Amino acid sequence: MESTKKKRRTNIMERRKEVLESLRTMGGTVYDQLDKGFFPSVEMPSRSTENITYDPNVRQFILGDKRVRRSARNIRHVKPFTQLVWAAMFSNELSSQRKTSTLRDVYYSAQAYEMTFTDQQESNNIITDLETVLGFSREDFNIFPEERSAVFGDLTIEYTVPGYEGKTLNLTSHPDGVLIGPAVTTSEFVKTTADKVIAIEKGGLFTRFIEENVHKKYNAVLVLTAGQAPRATRHFIRRLNEELKLPVYIFTDGDPWGMHIAMVIISGSANAAHLRELNTPDAKWSGVWATDIVDYKLPTDPLDEVDIKRLYELQRDPRYKDALWQREIKTFMKHKRKAEQEAFSRYGLTYIVDKYLPAKLEETKQK
Amino acid sequence: MAQATFEEISAADFFYRNRDIAGFTNPSRAIFVAIRELVENSLDAAETSKIPPDIYVRLSYESEASKETQIYKLRVEDNGIGIPPRHIPSAFGQVLFGSKYKLKQQRGTFGLGGKMALLYGQITTHQPAYVISSTGMAKIYLYKLMIDIQRNRPIILDRKVLINKENWRGTVVEFTLEGDYLRSMPKILDYFKQTAMVNPYANLTFVDPKGRLYKFVRVTKDMPAPPKETLPHPYGVDVELLQRLIQITEYKTMLEFLRHHFHRVGDITARKFLEFSDISPSKNPKKLSHEEIVRLMHMLKRYKDFLPPDASCLSPLSEELLTAGINKELKPEFLSVHQRKPSTYAGHPFIVEVGIAYGGEIPKTGNFIVYRFANRIPLLYDEANDVSVRVINAMNWRRYKVTPEMPVAVLVHICSTKVPYKTVGKEFIADRPEIRKEIANGLREVARQLQHFMSRIEHVDRDRKRLGIFSKYLPRIAEFSTTLAGKEKPPDIEKLLKSVQKYGVDEEEA
Repeated sequence: MESTKKKRRTNIMERRKEVLESLRTMGGTVYDQLDKGFFPSVEMPSRSTENITYDPNVRQFILGDKRVRRSARNIRHVKPFTQLVWAAMFSNELSSQRKTSTLRDVYYSAQAYEMTFTDQQESNNIITDLETVLGFSREDFNIFPEERSAVFGDLTIEYTVPGYEGKTLNLTSHPDGVLIGPAVTTSEFVKTTADKVIAIEKGGLFTRFIEENVHKKYNAVLVLTAGQAPRATRHFIRRLNEELKLPVYIFTDGDPWGMHIAMVIISGSANAAHLRELNTPDAKWSGVWATDIVDYKLPTDPLDEVDIKRLYELQRDPRYKDALWQREIKTFMKHKRKAEQEAFSRYGLTYIVDKYLPAKLEETKQK
Repeated sequence: MAQATFEEISAADFFYRNRDIAGFTNPSRAIFVAIRELVENSLDAAETSKIPPDIYVRLSYESEASKETQIYKLRVEDNGIGIPPRHIPSAFGQVLFGSKYKLKQQRGTFGLGGKMALLYGQITTHQPAYVISSTGMAKIYLYKLMIDIQRNRPIILDRKVLINKENWRGTVVEFTLEGDYLRSMPKILDYFKQTAMVNPYANLTFVDPKGRLYKFVRVTKDMPAPPKETLPHPYGVDVELLQRLIQITEYKTMLEFLRHHFHRVGDITARKFLEFSDISPSKNPKKLSHEEIVRLMHMLKRYKDFLPPDASCLSPLSEELLTAGINKELKPEFLSVHQRKPSTYAGHPFIVEVGIAYGGEIPKTGNFIVYRFANRIPLLYDEANDVSVRVINAMNWRRYKVTPEMPVAVLVHICSTKVPYKTVGKEFIADRPEIRKEIANGLREVARQLQHFMSRIEHVDRDRKRLGIFSKYLPRIAEFSTTLAGKEKPPDIEKLLKSVQKYGVDEEEA
């Protein structure tokens, strides 16, 4: 690890530089167009559904070749265009001053510039436009989501946020885990003894795993996704996988929704088709499978109509074309039952850690 | 079984008993109708000789009559042709004086409006009427009269002859009547305003009982061509008219009778018609039996080849005068008028004139303001039942970018030798398909013009809005991009703003 530290840091610094440069380049382009007496415009890939395709090579959704132009010449675009330039300027300020912000902040900050957005959705859309134009995600512009997930395990990080630069923290230092916030997200990875990442859907189980020393017993970094993993967390998991070469195992509830939480970590979402590096293609969904429900005779609830409908949607989804996924979908459909992770408690509180977890890690082990 | 007794009553007596028919329904309506009838007579008296009318009306308070009604003195002066002295007593003191065997477009409802007003005044106040008139010759005649209701005869109480030093010409009528001015005031003022609208060549002056002066000044001396008298058209006759014509005719054969008493019937048409209806051309019309007269009427209606009546007997206002009148009274932002080609219903020629006005002094009332006229008389009552209002309500105004919330006034003028009033009150026009069609087509035409105007307004409005939007946002884009690019001074966007102002910019761009 030590040997790569310097290089990694350069990577993070360079990424920040790239982001700032792309923002300023955009400003310069608009400035020059105006100065020459032209209506300024920007081009970006279209995010309309027909332009979103699944690319099996990169194993995520990507945007096609269709491009759209936002021009200040168009009376209906001039306002969103102005908002876009404002958002770029605001992001530039945040990034330069190393301050973080949220989507909600963006919405309110606009009012200080008399650039009031009609609603939160409008300002969110503008930020997504900016992501699409520049090809960076909003976290790169220091705009973070409200939702926070957590991480726990023997991983030492080094902060890069102002006031903490150079400070390190071992992620076992707090028994509740450490929030995956802007500071953790922008940290360098210093060292780790872990050889895998276990991502867990629910807070209860995350705490149980810490109590039961799963991180030690299985040499794992534990990540709590807290339901659908936020984009910052997805990026964080990817970095663990990419930079530290740690295989990723995902444990969710045994239902279509849990299955999809795993899938978004693995293959990304259509909403983020304009962005890269948010998914971890080699991550594995380790459970709870529909077949586990049968094999382990777990207490179950019946699938309701919405669940069934969701299964049919997933069955047709290109991300689910692999045999394992198709088999699990069919098994769900066949038994029409679902089970939560907590269902293992019928065999005692530690059964899931002692028996189920090692079995599934073995079953889904990566080469 | 009791024997019914028939009592012969005079025309004056008849109208006395049935004064509702002529519009003297109640004290407030009566005062309005009295003014209207006398003003219409005065307008006719001037227009007959193409004299631009000067009419002065004064209503003054005399005394209390009852809790709600008062006695008023009404004086109407005009500069019309005047009445020859020997006709004055009969013209004002005898109901149904004069006869009308010929047809032309006329204002008066029964040709007895003025007399009914005097009769009503006499009934309610028992006072004589004064009539002063001169034809512009050496003398002025002054009569003080009453009507002998039972005998339908004028009673001359006094008569004076004055020397006409100033060569004055015209007629003055003054009499007292009972009424309720406060309640009739809105209608009376509407009446003057609307009369001024369709008589832009007239000076109208009205002094009300409170001494308030209302003056409507002429804007032109051009007047519409006076209507010509015309014979009845074969399609429009009834048995009664046929019998009257047969009574007065001097012609001894059916061929001559048809040729001389009917509109647009010449020798060839008369012969063809007689052949069609199997009547001998040499038959003496006076020898026709009642059954034959009825049959003749039916055949006249059934024969398809009569030429349509021509409209020379009509006196429409013309688009120019309509424009002048509406502009004068409403001062609208936009006005379009249209005169339809002459048309006929049941043998009666008619011409529809329409106008539509927007903005200016037209108030927003949440509905269109409708001005209805028949033979240049404003129709002020029973609006909802009128054919014009029905056509207006049935139209798809949205198509023309017009909504009732806009300040829009619609004017419909129908002139005809016989206006198809729906009721004896003569305040609204019946829904005849021919008339409906003409009104609808006319309104569509002017509505299209209004639509163009509205589109233009919209366009200008949109351009202004667009410029507003660009002027708001382009400087912001300049400001933000300057900061973002780290430049010292903002880019020059004047050129860009000017180009927006000058040419506008494309509506859409992908």
